[in-house]
Amino acid sequence: MTEIIDIVLLSFMIVLAIAVSRMQNLFMAAMMMGIFSFLSAIVFTLLDAVDVAFTEAAVGAGVSTVLLLGTLSLTTREEKVAQKNNALALLVVLITGSALIYGTLDMPNYGDPNAPAHKHVADRYIEKSGEEMEIPNIVTSVLASYRGYDTLGEVTVIFTAGIGVILLLGHIWRKEGKQ
Amino acid sequence: MRHQGIPRVVGKWFIPPILLFALYVQFHGDFGPGGGFQAGVIFAAAVVLYTLIFGLQATKQIVKPRIIEILVALGVLLYAGTGLVSLFLGYNFLDYTALDPAAPPHGQHLGIFLVELGVGITVAAVMIAIFFGFAGRRRLR
Repeated sequence: MTEIIDIVLLSFMIVLAIAVSRMQNLFMAAMMMGIFSFLSAIVFTLLDAVDVAFTEAAVGAGVSTVLLLGTLSLTTREEKVAQKNNALALLVVLITGSALIYGTLDMPNYGDPNAPAHKHVADRYIEKSGEEMEIPNIVTSVLASYRGYDTLGEVTVIFTAGIGVILLLGHIWRKEGKQ
Repeated sequence: MRHQGIPRVVGKWFIPPILLFALYVQFHGDFGPGGGFQAGVIFAAAVVLYTLIFGLQATKQIVKPRIIEILVALGVLLYAGTGLVSLFLGYNFLDYTALDPAAPPHGQHLGIFLVELGVGITVAAVMIAIFFGFAGRRRLR
């Protein structure tokens, strides 16, 4: 049963990806990307990664779509059509795509108990986090405490991105705010 | 969308629950899915929705750009500051046991609470700043 849902969702995603790449209306393409993100959020939910699914639905489907639409309102809604066929681009895409697929062949199977990710410290987190943290959600204790330093780095990345945008565009919105 | 009735009314109904849900996700991350990252984005989404309905100028009267700029940095400061507090109390950087050495899980709860709050503040402020940056270049229709 789960396989059928997986297959349906993944084929939807493939169809959407092809549709987005062939679409000339950028407004519709942005909306389609939002639907694509929602579908991948559902796939994450099926993989029991609810925290990732949550983030994907909020960031991928929500905020990214709004930012894409905001960008489109500043530029144009129609894509410029390239007339000539670019054989070099096709070649690059094919090589990159096959390299990525070749890379997945080495990955462990889904749920494989011997996968490297399950061999290192994961066991300790699962066994000890209950008594050390007394927090039911292990994802939170790993993210905020065991790997707190990494998360500090992530927040700093977001901070840097925000500072960059404020430096580039901030003078406009501050000036308008004073009116 | 300033003159469209249905989005205005639906928005007025939906924005408070969205803000409340963001706070729920923020402070309930210990027990269920969620945490600072998701909560920040949901909070920002409520502000974005408000901007889309009522316009940028109206939003800026509530969400002042100057405050957003401060909040962007405040979240990171809160996070790193929590780490520094544990450092000065004689423990490792970001070792929340320092916050309550008598009962380590309680210290962990407090530390995770503060750190997630810092994440939430920075993420929400950065998302709002990016959106304002884009939306402010030309008035939203």
